[in-house]
Amino acid sequence: MHLAYPAVLSALLFCTGLYGVLARRNAILVLMSVELMLNAVNLNLVAFDVWLSRTAEETLHSGQALTLFTIAIAAAEIGIGLAIVLAVHRNRGTADIDKLRDTAEGHESRPVDGLDSGTSTAEPTGRTEKAEATA
Amino acid sequence: MTTTTLAVLVPLLPFLGAAAGLLLGRTAPGFVRPLAVLPTLTSLVLAALVAVRQGGDAAVDAATELTPTGSIPIELALYIDGFAALVAVLVGLVATCVQVYSTGYLREDPRYPSYAALVALFTSAMFLVVYSGDLIVLLVGWEVMGICSYFLVGHYWETPEARAASIKAFLVTKLGDVPFLIGLFALATDAGSFRITKVLGAVAHGGLDHPTLIALLLLAGVAGKSAQFPLHTWLPDAMAGPTPVSALIHAATMVAAGVYFIARLLPVFEASQAAMVVLAVMAAVTMAGSGLAALAQDDIKRVLAYSTIGQLGYMTGALAVGDRGAAVFHLLSHGAFKALLFLAAGVIIHAAGTNSLAAMSRMTGLRDRVPDAFWTMTVALLALAAIPPFSGFFSKESVLGAAEHVTTGHTEHAPAAAGWIVLVAGLVTALLTAAYAARLWLLAFHGRGTEAPDHGRQPLTMTVVLWVLAAPSLALGGFAYRSLPDWFDGRDLAPALATSVLGTGIALIGVLVVHAAWRHTTAQAARVPLGAVAAHPEGDAGLVEAEAIATHAPAYGDVASAPDPADPGRLLLGPLHRHAAVGFHLDAVYRALFVRPVQGGASLVRFLDREVVDTYVRGAGTLPRWLGTAVRRAQTGNVQTYVSALLAGTVVLAVVALLVATGA
Amino acid sequence: MTLAQAPHGFLSPTGVEIAFLLVGLVTFGAALVTVTTRQLVHAALWLVVTLGGLAVEYLLLTAEFIAWVQVLIYVGSVVVLLLFGLMLTRAPIGRSPDADSGNRWAALTVAVAAAAALVWVVVDAFRTTWIDLDGPAAGSTKVTGASLFQNWVLPFEALSVLLLAALVGAIVLSRKAKAETSSPPVNSQATTESSPSVPDARKIPAEQEGAR
Repeated sequence: MHLAYPAVLSALLFCTGLYGVLARRNAILVLMSVELMLNAVNLNLVAFDVWLSRTAEETLHSGQALTLFTIAIAAAEIGIGLAIVLAVHRNRGTADIDKLRDTAEGHESRPVDGLDSGTSTAEPTGRTEKAEATA
Repeated sequence: MTTTTLAVLVPLLPFLGAAAGLLLGRTAPGFVRPLAVLPTLTSLVLAALVAVRQGGDAAVDAATELTPTGSIPIELALYIDGFAALVAVLVGLVATCVQVYSTGYLREDPRYPSYAALVALFTSAMFLVVYSGDLIVLLVGWEVMGICSYFLVGHYWETPEARAASIKAFLVTKLGDVPFLIGLFALATDAGSFRITKVLGAVAHGGLDHPTLIALLLLAGVAGKSAQFPLHTWLPDAMAGPTPVSALIHAATMVAAGVYFIARLLPVFEASQAAMVVLAVMAAVTMAGSGLAALAQDDIKRVLAYSTIGQLGYMTGALAVGDRGAAVFHLLSHGAFKALLFLAAGVIIHAAGTNSLAAMSRMTGLRDRVPDAFWTMTVALLALAAIPPFSGFFSKESVLGAAEHVTTGHTEHAPAAAGWIVLVAGLVTALLTAAYAARLWLLAFHGRGTEAPDHGRQPLTMTVVLWVLAAPSLALGGFAYRSLPDWFDGRDLAPALATSVLGTGIALIGVLVVHAAWRHTTAQAARVPLGAVAAHPEGDAGLVEAEAIATHAPAYGDVASAPDPADPGRLLLGPLHRHAAVGFHLDAVYRALFVRPVQGGASLVRFLDREVVDTYVRGAGTLPRWLGTAVRRAQTGNVQTYVSALLAGTVVLAVVALLVATGA
Repeated sequence: MTLAQAPHGFLSPTGVEIAFLLVGLVTFGAALVTVTTRQLVHAALWLVVTLGGLAVEYLLLTAEFIAWVQVLIYVGSVVVLLLFGLMLTRAPIGRSPDADSGNRWAALTVAVAAAAALVWVVVDAFRTTWIDLDGPAAGSTKVTGASLFQNWVLPFEALSVLLLAALVGAIVLSRKAKAETSSPPVNSQATTESSPSVPDARKIPAEQEGAR
């Protein structure tokens, strides 16, 4: 099999994940896209490992070992990531990444465009929900 | 106590009183009046004691050097000769009278504590100038007087006249003080010391390299302080201050400081014939011009201010002919009667509710309202007009006699030209002085028209001091002219027959001419009603005066003159009246020569700063601001945007790296 | 076969290659749907398809152990976790019009550029490289296990520590958030005692909803 097939597929998947990370609004969808990127890397690792294990006499199977590690780390990452997203959702009432703009310049005093005005209405409702949940 | 200790206490006590008054003025108002009067009174007693002990003998000279000050030492030095001792007594007397008078005059003034403290500080500074034996210490007192004068002239700072007058007084005197300072340094450099005794010693041995330059530089400072032409313009405007301040500062003490300074350093000036001639011309112009101007003034205090300038001209004239005895003699008698004139004028302004002579000439019975002021002012005006046997006669005759002595050319210390200039100008001024004194007296006390307002009796503190000062005005000259030469240089001060007859005759002519003119014009007074009185006649004298000053320009169209056809001065001066009323347009000249160019320069600088410099500054600021706006727009706080930019950069970098690596 | 043999052309694909291509197309299409769909739950389900397709690709590449691990961990646990996350954050069921942020076009530009660059480079570099898939499987469980426990045992153990840390971290994150939300006990002691259970009570209906 041509090595180009898995390599190209991997590149395309990676870029698809990249698009998802950059374009998706929901934090959980962003996490899914991250998974896509990781899997693209895994495919690359497996393909090259298979290729190398045929060409070299002695091999450590480092590609496959690394793939396993990546899978394990991805599982850990998704766990932590989801915990963070849940905590954010609990505190802010939203999991939308583009509404978490605390680092913006003039964040407190400048409700300019439609997104920010949406934030200003969404946040209080989220807070009231939280307050109801607490009470 | 030794004489030195007493002499040190004399300036020190008012200074401590001033400090205590400033500190306690708010917290303990009860102490303010004693703190104002008592130290000054004590200083008067001590100064008299010093004078008695000194007794016209050898000068008391003491010095201590606090710290080494470089090549030319500065020492705390006392130098008390007969001049210093007597002038200090005069300063103490006038200051005490003024402090007592002020307790009544500014009875209800909320700023009285600071006022009294400043007057005390001023008194202390004047004592320092009088007693100091070191030129730099003298300069300290000189400048402290300048700043006190600024504050006191601006006492009624609510009125624009007072504000303008205080700034003008400060600027004009400082204008003279700059060359004065340079002159002091030049003098000390030539003489090698700031000590007056050493300077005089150096002069006696011909040690001065640039006597004319030094004398002229010092003369500028003296002209500023003593209100001599051409730096006299601040003095009439300084009448916007309270009357006691005018009496103390602008009649008896501060303006006398310049004369006193020349008297102390007369040998320095005598070393330069040119300086003496300049001094004589300055004195002559000052005397004659101020006499004419005084004849045209409507404000009673401005009449007295111009008369002060003229009398100071007599003193500088006496100095120009090298007779400092005559100069200081006139200083003493003038200090007494001019302080009296001002204090009496304050009483009259309070009683009449106006400072305008035109308004007073339309009041009947003003003299019955203020009999004390009437009688004492009559004495003082007679002294001013140099009618025998009042003290002004003797002192003025001594000046004229000295000038006449010089005209004969017997003396080597003063040129004969100076003698002629001073003599002629002195005689002309005697005529003018008598004329304006008579005009003042007639207009103020012999008005016809409505009854003068009755505000009850004047405070006792204000009337008693008038009589205290009337005594020396009346008798000082006659009693002192024989004994004073012992205190001074020993030159005879007795009036000579020729000048006495001439001077007195001229003065009498002046009085008679004014009286005739007054008889002629007074009929018109009833036809032209004129006059405005203060809005709060029941207030204390200070308030009445402040209101009178503030309303003079709106009521009469000008701060100095009034359109009064019944004014004998107007008849006598004819077409000259218009120019004399505004001080011969000297203010306008200064305005055109100095104020306008400075203002033009200031507006040019403002234009350059606002339009040129600021344009560059704004231009320099605009580009970063645009960049900042653009960069700020990028800071959306959206993490995805940041990551997008980051990854886009990464892609670009990777492609570039690839292209470079493959050699494309 | 060895490298010395004649190069294989792209126009005469082998059977494995055809299978790989087809499955790859499905995988790539599912991935595209995952990142573009407006229904959030569908995105998770399409992710399952993508990950499953990748597992098949691993199988085709003879890495069978990896393939099963992929199925077990990704399809079995990660996707389920993601679904739970969607439920817990109250993701809307059905089409949500604002699934994509305003950054979409910039993201598309970056992604296409990156894809173009990567594909160009990869194809340029590996267009002649051939993987020989015959012979013993390169990623059988035996081979992988031997490699893992002979050569990679220390990283493997370190990885267990990392997993433990992630476990603890996730718990801490959740508990901390819980403590913050229930921190102000205002009125009564009874409320304070019962408060720790409140977030759990909130969670349970959400989970039930997700299970439905």
